[in-house]
Order: sequence, then structure tokens, then C-alpha cells
Amino acid sequence: MTMMIRAIINGKKVKVRPGQTILQAARENGIEIPALCYHSDLDAKSNCRLCLVEIKGVKNLQTACSTEIKKGMEIKTETPEITRARKINLELIFSQHFEECDDCVWGFNCRLLELARKYKVKIGRFLDRKSDFPVYQFGPSIVFDTSKCVDCRNCFEICRKQGVNFLKLTGRGWKTKVVPSGQLNEDCIYCGQCIVHCPAGAVEAVGEFEDAREYLSQFQSQNQNKKNRKISGEKNILSDYFGWKNKIVVAQFAPAIRTSVGEKFGMAPGFLITEKLTAGIKELGFDKVFDVCVGADFTTIEEADELIMRWRSRKKMPMFTSCCPAWVKFVEFYAPDFIPYLTTVRSPHIISGGLIKTFWAKKQGINPKDIIVVSIMPCVAKKYEITRSELKINGLKPVDCVLTTRELIYFLTKCKIDLKRIKGRKLDSPLGSPSGAGVIYGASGGVMESALRTAYEGIISRQAARQLINERQKKNLLKIEFKRIGVGREFGEIREAKIKVGKKFLKIAVINGIGPVKKVLEKLRKNPRLYDYVEVMTCPGGCIGGGGQPVPTTAEIRNKRAIGLYQLDKKKKIRQAQQNPIIKEVYQDFFAEEKTRHKICHTGYSKKKKGIIKILPSGQH
Amino acid sequence: MEHIIEKIKKSGLRGRGGADFPVYLKWTMVKKAAGERKYIVCNGSEGEPGSFKDGFILENYPGEVIFGIKIALKAVGAADAYVYLRKDYYRKFKNNLEKIISKQPIIIFQKPGGYLCGEETTLFKSIEGQRFEPRIKPPYPPQKGLWNCPTLINNVETFYYVNQIAKGNYRKTRFYSLSGQIKHPGVYEFPEDLDIKQILQKTDNWPSFDFFVQAGGGASGRILTLKELNQSVGGVGAIIVYNTKKTKPIFLMKKWIKFFLNENCGQCLPCREGVYRLNEILNQPKINWQSFEDLLFILERASFCPLGKNIVVPFQGLIKKIIGYDYDDKGNY
Repeated sequence: MTMMIRAIINGKKVKVRPGQTILQAARENGIEIPALCYHSDLDAKSNCRLCLVEIKGVKNLQTACSTEIKKGMEIKTETPEITRARKINLELIFSQHFEECDDCVWGFNCRLLELARKYKVKIGRFLDRKSDFPVYQFGPSIVFDTSKCVDCRNCFEICRKQGVNFLKLTGRGWKTKVVPSGQLNEDCIYCGQCIVHCPAGAVEAVGEFEDAREYLSQFQSQNQNKKNRKISGEKNILSDYFGWKNKIVVAQFAPAIRTSVGEKFGMAPGFLITEKLTAGIKELGFDKVFDVCVGADFTTIEEADELIMRWRSRKKMPMFTSCCPAWVKFVEFYAPDFIPYLTTVRSPHIISGGLIKTFWAKKQGINPKDIIVVSIMPCVAKKYEITRSELKINGLKPVDCVLTTRELIYFLTKCKIDLKRIKGRKLDSPLGSPSGAGVIYGASGGVMESALRTAYEGIISRQAARQLINERQKKNLLKIEFKRIGVGREFGEIREAKIKVGKKFLKIAVINGIGPVKKVLEKLRKNPRLYDYVEVMTCPGGCIGGGGQPVPTTAEIRNKRAIGLYQLDKKKKIRQAQQNPIIKEVYQDFFAEEKTRHKICHTGYSKKKKGIIKILPSGQH
Repeated sequence: MEHIIEKIKKSGLRGRGGADFPVYLKWTMVKKAAGERKYIVCNGSEGEPGSFKDGFILENYPGEVIFGIKIALKAVGAADAYVYLRKDYYRKFKNNLEKIISKQPIIIFQKPGGYLCGEETTLFKSIEGQRFEPRIKPPYPPQKGLWNCPTLINNVETFYYVNQIAKGNYRKTRFYSLSGQIKHPGVYEFPEDLDIKQILQKTDNWPSFDFFVQAGGGASGRILTLKELNQSVGGVGAIIVYNTKKTKPIFLMKKWIKFFLNENCGQCLPCREGVYRLNEILNQPKINWQSFEDLLFILERASFCPLGKNIVVPFQGLIKKIIGYDYDDKGNY
């Protein structure tokens, strides 16, 4: 137990933990202090100067984000002087920020606007000095509109923390700018952490939300007189816009969005809404809704199998996970010598997309060319992943379109579909019901745990020559080891565990937040036997903290989203991928032919050159 | 023999870099700070316009300065010392200083940036090869300075006087840089409490015309009128004399703001955007004094570093004391 210290905030006696900043202490005591450049993932920079507070006996206002609270401190967070300073500061922030509110990842959740109202800010007091600043596009994933940038540097800092260093600071004084690196050996890996760390909506995914907006305006103009909001039956509109006339449009959603999408509908982070989500997506007019967690079950089976093979032959060890397309891009660009170590198994939504266009299409008697697969993902790197041509099956892309969680929310909100009120609906079979293992893919450590739940038995039986291990011992082992790689991880943390397999140990590592990866790779170059199996998720906390998730995304929110997934896993009767009936069905029948299985479930990688960075004139993106 | 820190304490010597911090206190903090490696920095960046006394000292008393640093190395138990020099000083004094330094662990370092590199934490970053921007304080340099090690940073003049104290020659004097519309500009040494009027008179610089002065420094020094010259200079000891009739306040303000516009770092909002807008306002045909005042307000109250906070000092003085007579309350000239 840490000793609590007493302090006074706004005349109220509070108990706080020593070492906390004034901002943290105030927020824990329910006192809100505005802070724009502060983010729980980053060191305090105190450059936006909004969190100013008055401390008794201290000259000048101090920033709450960087000042440690001390015993007996008397702090005021609102005084006429503070109000005046915040108002002027906000007016200066708005003078840097070209407003485009109906096309912003913050939507109407914008902290800037909220503060503008609170402090009676004259938004146009100073002329926008950045209105002609350029817009950058990084590959097929990210758009950075510098005319909206308020120079808080969160994107720069998070890019640095991720070890990518693609975003650079140039210039001095008012000419300071965040720009993409011009170096040929530095590239964006499309993790999108800059998006969820930007307080001003200057960074967004490609297509956010122009695509949705344009589509919706067409939809609404044609539906003005209809009471029925449903796009169902009006499918031709959706299809027309995207050029999908007379197609079957199928949606599939990722594990990690079921505990985050509710946040924008007044539900707490971590609140599970799989069925409501399904209903909402169906309401939007999608013909079928499937769960990517089922794809994850296939990934698990394949990956477990590959792990066993490699473990036995001791070739291409350690094995790395490859579900995360930003991590794959990182390896292909920054560390191509590790390409052979990536598992060749495709990521879950690519496998399920492939299955939809083969297995399901065959079963339904539909021409795969008539199917459009839309993946709803917590991720912007997935927009890049689907452009990879080696993923094509019989000339068709397994997934045609990736929408972020935010884009889905935008669609739902604009169509006035309230996930809080909507009655839940069941996912479509047969690709609709995952095991618990498939669900936890959304959180860091989940892929590893799922694969090991499956691989464990395989490794035991093959490696240890059916050495007898009683059931209880086995269960305990899994429980103890996996507790440590479960919920509660910290950004950038490397979690390690050793699992006894027969007489040997399987050495595993789980990394969330790609920052420490370079060091790990360096160690592995010297000692390849350091680990046997490594999971890397580029985003902090795994996909629940993905670059396509709703804003704000903080450490606390990520943790709640993860807990939600693990609770769902616990409730599941089937918690191992191989026990999922659909797995059994597909493997016995459809995957009987090795070629088919390989085509749908495996892929290859190659060294990559720097991706395209487009510079668009202001306002055109 | 009495310990040097004790002697400095008795002498009452305060830092001559502008902040006026008691020297013995800094030395004691660094001495007591835990850390295997400690550094000493002699700050010769002298970026404040109108200040040139550090250059004068380096030219005339380099041995004394180096001796002062040597004393510090011993007194606080530091491993290495840096002499941090602005570009022209580096060119002029490097060879001579290196001769004096000989084999002592003292490194001459050329300042890579401008005005802001004189600020201690920015100075550290510039040596470390980072962007030239101040760090959040605390931790203060005696706790975590250069390369995150306890660091003693003092001005060139301070080290000179440490040498004088060690030799028993300190007489509570300081160096003054005199410039502007005067007959005999230059560096003078006088008691530290001598008032501005006496300094101007003793150096035969008392103008025959109506004038005001900027005292402390040429960018952040305060504006004083004839009636206010019975006070000591403070800051870095610079006095600049302006002919009231021949000085257009608006031009002076434009000159100052242009300086800050070129020299500030861009890290914090009030200074980056505030200075940009102050410049914009000054270049408009009609000055919006309400906005001007608002911007000065946040610069003073909300800037990240002392340089941002001090920008307002000359503006407020000039507007109140000099322009105050020439502008009506609506801000019309």
C-alpha cells in the first residue's frame, strides 16, 4: 500500500498518490482539467498550455500535466485568470486548425469544440494560418491533413515511441512542422497510432469519411420520403455507389470491435455487443454478417500446425505471428532478414474472406465474382493489407473493402441506427460462431494463447512421444502461464513465458506496441534460440488499441476493451479452435485437398521498398 | 583552508547569466547530487542583444575563467567541463582557450543554434544533438542536466568572479555592457549595486537629449524612463540608451518581435502562436491593442520557458511608459 498524501483542489480536500501529477490526481478525484497534448501513452510535453492551474505560493500558472502534486498543495483549476489564459490559448489553437467538423474522426465528440463552448472562444478571432497547408497520404491507409494540425506533437511522439520515426519535426518557431520522412530507409507501417493520438483530427484513415458521406448523401436523397431507414431492399444504392451492382454484399467484423463500437452509443468501453452490432450492420443493408473470429479459429489451427512443424524440425525458429499487417510491413521494410520467420498463415479476415468466396459461395451456389466482402476492422493497416496481390484466390481478392470501426460508427450514426436500442440479431451461419480462442485475437497475447491452446496437445504428443501428462496438470500449466500474458499489459512491454513441453521448454514472448521490437530483433540476430514463438502486435494492447478504433483511445479504455474480450472467452463453451464445428466441417471436407487449404490459408512475403507518399493540395483528400 | 563553496557563500555572489541565482546554492546542489558522472558547463552563448561582456571577459581574462572552471571541477567533483561558446566567440577564442586548458578535462563547444541555446536546458539538448528546445523543469540541471547527469551551469562572468573570490580579489563588482545612442559604448566594471544614472554619468555617457533606457538585456530588458534610473541594472548587466525623439516605438517593437519570431523554438503554443500573431498585429495599419494585450498576457502567464515569459517585459514597459503618452485609450496613434 502506498501512503496517500493530502492536498486541496478547488477548496476540496483530496487524497492522492505520491508521484502523481496534478492532472492525474485531479481526474481521479473527478475534477476535469482540459489538456489537449496530454495522452496517457506519452510523457507529458506540456506544450498546449491548456492544463494551467494556480498553485498557492507559486508565481505564474503551472501546467497540471507536468507538475507533481505535493503534500499540502493548494491548487485551483478554475480562476478568472486561468479562464482568460485558456480562452486565448484556445483561440490560438483554432487559428492553426482548419475546421472541417462533419468530416472528423472526433465527430461531435470533439474536445476542442467542447472547450470552445465552455470558455466562450471566438473561433475565428485570428485568421487560419494553415488553410493552404498540404495534405499527405501515406500508402493506401493514412491521410494527414496538416491544415488541421495544432502542433501538439502527439503524432510525432507516438511514431517515435513505436520505433518507426516516420514522422519528423522540421523548422523552428512558427515554422515548426510535422512532416513525413523523406528518407528512403524510413517508411510508415500504417499502424495509425498517430490517428488515435491526435487531439485535433488532423490524421485519419483513407476514406474517412468522404466515402461514407458521399454514399450516404445519395442514399438519403433517394430515401427522403420513405419511413423505412433500412438499406435492405435498397441495396442497389449501396452497390451502385461502390460499383457493386447486383452483388451479394457480405460484412465481417473483427474480434476487437465488439467491445469498442458501443462507446459511441453511450456504452462503457469493454461492453460486449456482438449481437447488437450484427443487427446494426444488417440494418445498414449488408446481406450477410459474419464474424472474423471464425477466421481466427482457422488461423489458429494453421499457425499451431506450423509451430509444431517448425518446433520439430527446428527450422525457421523462432516463429513470428503475422496477423498484424503493420508488423508484417515493418519486417518487410525494416527487417527483411526476418521474413522467413513470419508464419505464412494469413490473417483471420483474409482467411474468412477467402472462405466466403470459396467454401460459402460453393455451398450457397453463388458465383464468387458476385460476392463483395467488406471487413470492419479496428485497423488502418488492413486497408493496406487487402491491396497485396499475392492474397488473391482464383484472381479474386478475399476482401474487397476495409472499413474502420469509426467508419462503421459514422454509417450507423448517419442512418440513425442506435446500437443501444437495437434488438440483437444472430450472426449468419455457418461462419458465424467462433471459439473463445478466436475472440481473444483482439487483445495482445490472444493470438499466441489461441495457437498454444491448440498446439500444446500437438507438441506434447509429437514431441514428447505421448508422454503422460494428466489433465489437471495440463490445465494448471496453461492457466498459470497465460495469466501472465493476459490482460494488464503495458504499452511497449515484452512479456515472456516458458512453457514446459515434455522435457523441453517452449520460450515465448508477446510484444504489444512495436517500439521495443528493434531491440528484440537485434537480440535474436545474436541468439536465435532466445525465443521459439513471438507474437507482435503493433498497436498498444493489440487490436483493441488499433489505429481504426474510436477516439479517445487511452490505456484505461484499452484495458476495458480487452477485459470485455476475455470475459466473452471465459463464457464460451468452446474455447479451443479445433473444437469449433465449422473447423471440423471445413477441414474434413473442403480442405481435404491440400492445395485448397494452402491457397486459402497461407501467403508469402517479400522485401518492400518505401511506399507511396502522395502530397495533395489542401482540402483535397 | 576554507572550502571554496563556503567562500562563495560569504561573498554573496549571484549568477551573472540573468537569473540572479545564488551561486553557492547551485554548487552545493551539484556537489550533493547523487551520480557518478557530473558535468560543468560554462555558458558563453551570450545571445541577448546589447550584451557583450562575456566576449570582453573571454578576450581579456581567459585564464581567470578557466581557473574558475577548474575550481568548480574540483569543488563539485565533476568529470568534464564544457565551455559553450557562440559562433563568433568560438572562432575568436578557441585557440587561445585551448592553450590555457592544456590537458584539463575542459571541452570547447561551438553553439549550434541561436538565442534560445542560451537557456540552460536548451543548451544541454544542443550538446546532446537534439532539437533546440527547453525541457520541462523540474528536474533542474543540478539534478538532471547534460546527458541526464547532475550539471553545474554558470555564466562566463560567474566563473571569472569565482576565480576572483578564490584569490581574494572579489569586490562585489560586475561587468556592464553599454550601448545605444551614447558616446562611449563598451564594457565597464562597477559595483553591482551602482545605479544606472551613476553608471551613465561615471562613463561620461549621460545624454544631453531626452532618453529612455532598456536595462538588463536588449531583447528582454525592462524599459526605464529618466525618473527610474536610480536602480541597479540586473539581468545580464546591459544598458541600452534610446533617444526618445528619434526612436519610433512601433519600429522598436517590430524589431523586438522580429527577433523573437526568428529565435523562438516553436514548442509551446503561447510563444509559437503568440509571437506570430504579435508580429501580424504590429504589421497591420491599425494595431488591435486588445489582442496585443491578450497575447502578452498568455506569453507572460503561460509560456513554457523563461524566455517566453520575459518577452513581455520590454513591450509592457514601452507601451505603458513611452507609447502611453502618444496613443489615446482607443489605441489610435
